[in-house]
Amino acid sequence: MTTAATSATRSLPPPSERYTILGWLRKNLFSSLFNTVLTVVAVAFIVFILQSLLRWAFTSAEWGVIPANFNLIMRGRYPAAEAWRLWLVLYLLGGAVGMIWSLTTRQIGTALLVVFVLPFALMLVPFFSWAIRLNLLLVEVIGIGGYALGRYLPIERRGRAIAYLLIGYLILMLVVLRGFGEDANTLPAVPTTLWGGLLLSLLLAFFGIALSFPLGVLLALGRQSQLPAIRIASVIYIEFIRGVPLISLLFMGQVMLQLFLPDGFPTIDRVLRALVAITLFSAAYTAENVRGGLQSVSRGQHEAAQALGLSGYQTTMLIILPQALRAVIPVLVGQFIGLFKDTSLVALVGLFDLLGIARTVLANPDWLGTQQEIYVMVAGLYWIFSYMMSYASRRIEEQLGVGKR
Amino acid sequence: MSENTAVDEIIICQDVCKWFGEFQALKDVSLRVKAQEVVVIIGPSGSGKSTFIRCINRLEEHQAGTIVVDGIPLTRDVRHIEQIRSETGMVFQQFNLFPHLTVMENITLAPIHVRKLKKTEAQEIAMSLLNRVGIPEQADKYPGQLSGGQQQRVAIARSLAMQPKIMLFDEPTSALDPEMIKEVLDVMQELAETGMTMLVVTHEMGFAREVADRVVFMDSGEVVEVGTPEHFFTNAQQERTKTFLSQIL
Repeated sequence: MTTAATSATRSLPPPSERYTILGWLRKNLFSSLFNTVLTVVAVAFIVFILQSLLRWAFTSAEWGVIPANFNLIMRGRYPAAEAWRLWLVLYLLGGAVGMIWSLTTRQIGTALLVVFVLPFALMLVPFFSWAIRLNLLLVEVIGIGGYALGRYLPIERRGRAIAYLLIGYLILMLVVLRGFGEDANTLPAVPTTLWGGLLLSLLLAFFGIALSFPLGVLLALGRQSQLPAIRIASVIYIEFIRGVPLISLLFMGQVMLQLFLPDGFPTIDRVLRALVAITLFSAAYTAENVRGGLQSVSRGQHEAAQALGLSGYQTTMLIILPQALRAVIPVLVGQFIGLFKDTSLVALVGLFDLLGIARTVLANPDWLGTQQEIYVMVAGLYWIFSYMMSYASRRIEEQLGVGKR
Repeated sequence: MSENTAVDEIIICQDVCKWFGEFQALKDVSLRVKAQEVVVIIGPSGSGKSTFIRCINRLEEHQAGTIVVDGIPLTRDVRHIEQIRSETGMVFQQFNLFPHLTVMENITLAPIHVRKLKKTEAQEIAMSLLNRVGIPEQADKYPGQLSGGQQQRVAIARSLAMQPKIMLFDEPTSALDPEMIKEVLDVMQELAETGMTMLVVTHEMGFAREVADRVVFMDSGEVVEVGTPEHFFTNAQQERTKTFLSQIL
């Protein structure tokens, strides 16, 4: 301690940056004449916009249109007598999410927290009936139950448990929503033509993502395949789909498909046709995004895996894909958010998704002149779900960042 | 010894040729390596030494000549290739650890999925190997959290976990900071002392002198000279060998 060498190399504390509010303002907003002018203009602009927006929202807007049409906006023409089935689906969702959350805390952590906060936040909506609030509470309770249950699963079985849970949930959800037959005593059929509103938008997005993701990964791998037939087929598919707008695929599905099918061929469900179009469209984009990830994995990773004796399939599944997908999480989530918003295009082919329902409400003479309120609400709902996806993706990235080079 | 050379010689390469497009990277390379032998390959960059050892486990495909590893002829037959790869470990210049897996997972991956060991069994082997390379405390870290020397030692442990009969080293210390080279070379020297058959491409002449049984000098795709280290460093015959040695020593 006393030698010259130690005192010479003793490190200094980092320079402290002391900020007063005034200092911060001067540094960031008023550092030059030009910046001062910019600041003043920008503040004036923001105040002007906010003022007129708030004045509209609190004085002239007729928000009554939303509670009055709430059921329509949420579930379209799904019969009120069967609405309990939607709650059942939400209970199951709560349970599944809770369980997955507890199974993946190591990796995904608080990403799903956002899903847990949501039911509580929704309970605060002023015009909700006590029945709705009770149901929301039940979703929460079942979610916590699922979380507790997940804790008891041994760690080795978790990956498989999550896969089964997701697949099981998807199937159960469809069965509950769709029902069995016209005159079944339990769960009578609810034709998809009656599904609508937020329910339809979320279902299209959910299944669109769940189906297009694996298809897109397969296409990306196919595009890099050694076998020319598979490679060329993948390239043609991807380039064809990316060359046409989604709306044209939707129209093709709704209008032209039936013309090509032989006479007497049973009519394919219209919602299903829209879902197929969305899935096929999104898969092509997923494929290109995943290909970017595949190319970011270095040649050395292939070689190391080969040198260890891993088969081609094992190399892809254990080494290449995990790294490739991790690299493209932000892009993929961005694409899925886009897919969610693109589902609003089905309104143009006559389905009553969130946007389609909004238009039917506006067509109702009782609610003439409420475009602003309705469209602000639609935008708000899209924003909430898009932001949730974006938030979850950022948390997942943070958690997975541990092993980054 | 001469009666059972076929059994003794674990790697037999005869007139191996390899082209990259028009460029001939290997010209009639022949080399026989006995079990437990340590062979060091030296030569200027671009001389084909890396290409040569990468042909032995089929990371590169040779186009003419024969390669036989532990009695298994290396052909297009995928079963032969997989068999040879599972008996041959390889350590790369750039380590090539799997960055998304922990050190422990890096080492146990191939034993679990290729050798079909139980996870606990594979972990025991991995732990003893990590002890052997001197970094048992790093088992749960990710490769990105380790120094270059530590990463290369993990890479060696990962190869050894497959219990190979042969270890191929492709310039294992070339990407390391000078102070980390020794820790890797020490591990390699210990490995040589356990009787592992090793084929090492390196620029570390000290290692060649001390550990190698034979030194091979390659230049422009050909084997120029083969001999004991002693012969090599004191009494090289070929003009090209002498020039090379005078440049680096």
